[in-house]
Amino acid sequence: MIDIVMMTGTGVLLGLAIGLVVRYFGVPVNPLVESLNELMPGANCGGCGLAGCSDYANAMATGRAKPGLCPVMSAEAVAKCCELLGVESDTTEPKIAVVCCSGDDDHAAKQAFYNGVNDCLNAMLVAGGSKGCTYGCLGLGSCARACPFGAIEMLPNHLAKIHADLCTGCGKCYMACPRNVIKLVPRSAAKVHVYCNSPKKAPIKRTVCKAACIGCRKCAKTAGEGQIIMNGYLASINYDNPPAEGIVEVCPTKCLRKAD
Amino acid sequence: MSEQTTIRMPDTSKLVVSSSPHYHDMGSIPKIMFTVLAALAPAVFASIYFFGWRALLVLSVCMVSCAAIEALLCRLMRRRISIGDGSALVTGLLLGMTLPVTSPLWMCIVGSFIAIGLGKMVYGGLGGNPFNPASVGRVALLLACPSAMTTWVTVSGCALNKWVVDATTGATPLELVAQNQPGPGFWSLFLGNIGGSIGETCTLALIVGGVFLIALKIIRWQIPVFFIGTVFLITGIAYMVSPCPKFNPMTHVLSGGLMLGAFFMATDMVTSPLNRKGAVVFAIGCGIITTIIRLWGSYPEGISYAILIMNALTPLIDRYTAGRPFGVARKASQKNA
Amino acid sequence: MSHKMPEKSGLNKGDQMNKQIKFYGGVKLDEGKMTSNEPIISAPLEPLYTVPLQQHIGAPAKAVVQKGDKVLRGQLLGEAGSFVSAPVHSPTSGTVRELSSCLGPAGAQLPAVVIESDGEDTAAEPLPIFANWQEASPDELKARVAEAGIVGMGGAAFPTAVKLSPPPNVTIDTVILNGVECEPCLTADHRLMLEHTETIITGARIIARILGVKQIIIAIEMNKPDALEMMTKKAEGTGVEVVGLRVLYPQGAEKQLIYTVTGRKVPSGKLPAHVGCLVTNVSSAAAIADAVCLGKPLYERITTVTGTPVAKPGNILCRVGTPYSSALALCGGVKEDPLKIISGGPMMGMSVYSLDIPIIKGTSGILLLAADEVSQYTPNACLRCGRCNDACPMEMIPGILSSTIEFHHFSLAERWHVMDCIECGCCSYVCPAGRPLVQHMRRAKAVANATRRAAEAASKK
Repeated sequence: MIDIVMMTGTGVLLGLAIGLVVRYFGVPVNPLVESLNELMPGANCGGCGLAGCSDYANAMATGRAKPGLCPVMSAEAVAKCCELLGVESDTTEPKIAVVCCSGDDDHAAKQAFYNGVNDCLNAMLVAGGSKGCTYGCLGLGSCARACPFGAIEMLPNHLAKIHADLCTGCGKCYMACPRNVIKLVPRSAAKVHVYCNSPKKAPIKRTVCKAACIGCRKCAKTAGEGQIIMNGYLASINYDNPPAEGIVEVCPTKCLRKAD
Repeated sequence: MSEQTTIRMPDTSKLVVSSSPHYHDMGSIPKIMFTVLAALAPAVFASIYFFGWRALLVLSVCMVSCAAIEALLCRLMRRRISIGDGSALVTGLLLGMTLPVTSPLWMCIVGSFIAIGLGKMVYGGLGGNPFNPASVGRVALLLACPSAMTTWVTVSGCALNKWVVDATTGATPLELVAQNQPGPGFWSLFLGNIGGSIGETCTLALIVGGVFLIALKIIRWQIPVFFIGTVFLITGIAYMVSPCPKFNPMTHVLSGGLMLGAFFMATDMVTSPLNRKGAVVFAIGCGIITTIIRLWGSYPEGISYAILIMNALTPLIDRYTAGRPFGVARKASQKNA
Repeated sequence: MSHKMPEKSGLNKGDQMNKQIKFYGGVKLDEGKMTSNEPIISAPLEPLYTVPLQQHIGAPAKAVVQKGDKVLRGQLLGEAGSFVSAPVHSPTSGTVRELSSCLGPAGAQLPAVVIESDGEDTAAEPLPIFANWQEASPDELKARVAEAGIVGMGGAAFPTAVKLSPPPNVTIDTVILNGVECEPCLTADHRLMLEHTETIITGARIIARILGVKQIIIAIEMNKPDALEMMTKKAEGTGVEVVGLRVLYPQGAEKQLIYTVTGRKVPSGKLPAHVGCLVTNVSSAAAIADAVCLGKPLYERITTVTGTPVAKPGNILCRVGTPYSSALALCGGVKEDPLKIISGGPMMGMSVYSLDIPIIKGTSGILLLAADEVSQYTPNACLRCGRCNDACPMEMIPGILSSTIEFHHFSLAERWHVMDCIECGCCSYVCPAGRPLVQHMRRAKAVANATRRAAEAASKK
């Protein structure tokens, strides 16, 4: 009996002590920052340009940044932030990342067998990687490891594939890719893409990749004015004025495809 | 007449590219592990000689179950199956060597599971474990099945014609000295004609194996020398102060798991310090703890505990014995440690 | 700060070997010097030379010729792009076919001038020959070194004229010529020391005159006794000291060489000049002597073509811009297909996938490795065995560093002195887990450099 009383008494005393400490020694928190923090997605991806979700919440509370910079937050969450702060949001067009390369092991030639750390940035240190095309995806997964949302799948034949439904356009993969194969494009305009990244001449490109853009200009001629721009011998979509989806029929190498 | 020999140019389509260096001394983990197994072979033969063929069964069951459990756990953890590097076999053999010959086989399997599962795989496989897996397995069994782990048999000469030596239980030399009774003489201790666990009795076989590993630079000589030396020194000093069988340095050095532990278990590269200075500190620590447990603790044998405690201190030892890189000034390195 | 003067030699006497300072770590390698006795062969003229404008550390050279220009041997093709840069000269007479790019040994594309040779090999006017260089001013001599496009020919290719201009607050009192050639298989420097001994010694004395230094030491590893003997004989009375060093890789690494020869340790992050020393390769010294005494700019070098698959390994005097395939053809091609082709030596060379790469000023060797000589790196974890620490000449712990880098803790790696790594390869050589340690170090260094550059750019804004 006395044990129960002692244990209960100790528990109550300790609880009181903790309560008093929290009351008198607690760090004062801004309740606005707390409620903003709860609206944050918590991915800490840095897509807003700040150092993580709580940094962004602090910045919004102190007026350093406006709501709407976060590529992950839903529209309702952004609206709630605006309500709390009494400001208008900075609308940014939601973006999505695309790996503009079709050169997996079945299509692209390897110029050597790379033996070393299985990472694209590391492979670049060794003879520039083992892929024949110096603009193509190395397929070793630096982007997949950089993605905080797990949106990038490394296909078994060494090509990165970004899943549009999981991608939030935060841009981490774009920064990780040493070949600049990943492009950040507006989500609304991301219907068709040119899955090739090399501006080299067709005869050179074709020796190293069967799926390359040969620069035949068929798409540019068929599409509307200024919808497809030639960048060297590489077609590129103008995402401010994208062509209709039917344009994919004219591509002879099928590097111009619907977004998959 | 000039000979026009056609010059053959190489086919450059199947070359390998890698970072420098392009030479390697061809050492590898399987080579190290199988060399350790070879170094333990004399002790295995000695154990069969003194304890009978059941010793071989216990050792085999331990080795096979360690390998099987590692393969199974790799599968479950979706990792590349790593038993090809031989480390599971070494763990199994060392674990078996620390068990008595009368161990029930289910105990061997449980011990293997704990050694490999809790001693290695939870840390991500070879290289990640802070504790020697064989010691972990042995200590777990010691704590869980204390009576089975301390059932010794009486050894008397050759037992090759027996399955297992007659099960009249006898005390090991360490148990005898713990009760302050005189232990066996030098030659019995040295050749292994004594009681104990399977692999720890034949000092000669273990020293041969250990010297073999030191000569091949697989283990650092500092660890066995300082470990055994410290035990000898402390027991020797105690013996000089009060000469009684309990402190007899000869018995302490030549019996129990000291030779096995010092040459094969404390020297495990993953769990021992990185450099020579650290190895010396580690070995002296092991020696001190072993002697304290043996002389003033309640267990007659303290090697496994000593090794595990020093394994826990290895990262700390590494940190303080890591030298300064070439050209780094003293003040700068202290700031960045 | 006063430096301890090195003891007068005794370093090349056998009984003094155990008194010679031994640097920490290092590995004993199988030397594989198949071509030590092969005299230098001059390569015949190529029909086409692809001369990169970036053959050195620093800014690429800026082209001063255009497509269609006629050029002569030794004529300026590109002038130095900045202070840390070097000019590039034509290897032969002919026409500039085009200004394009070519594959370099590191895998990157280099800007290049393609020269179609006219077969005449007419020389341009040499740079004005110094009648008596012993009386020329140090600045004039240094300007000549810069004009001739001399770079470090041991492989690093740092512009020598920049090296000969130390920061204002340091004084150099010792010049060390690196004839160690500790890389296995390479013998270019060895043959040069045997066949052009006096040129090297003259080059050393010119360097000493430029810097105002009295102490000149030529260091040679003891596995080249003929070169040691020849050099000692020819150096008598010239004020140049010749020392024989123990055979241990990487004795020829700058910091380890300075430590063994003078007992001074170059502080982390500082230059050898900060301990009063300057180290140059013997080939660079010979090139300096040619530039001063013959007015000849740097457009050719000795390259060792070697390896078990090579039919007739040898040391070839090649002009820059010669493709590797031509150098290999001169050595009889191959007996079997190699599995690796390396530009440089086996420990620090770069593996390449094409023979169309041109020889440049820093190409000391072309090494072919057969399939049974190639070992593969594995993705095993670090065993914490400590062998890498025992082998590392910079006394670091590459194993732990590589685990840190593998988990992307780059700032921690930088704090643990990864920038001090000399990429010698001793650690990977001994690693039983087969980890690609040097690749991890290079990755961390690349990240540290990029962070530093970004910070500099941000602070400039």
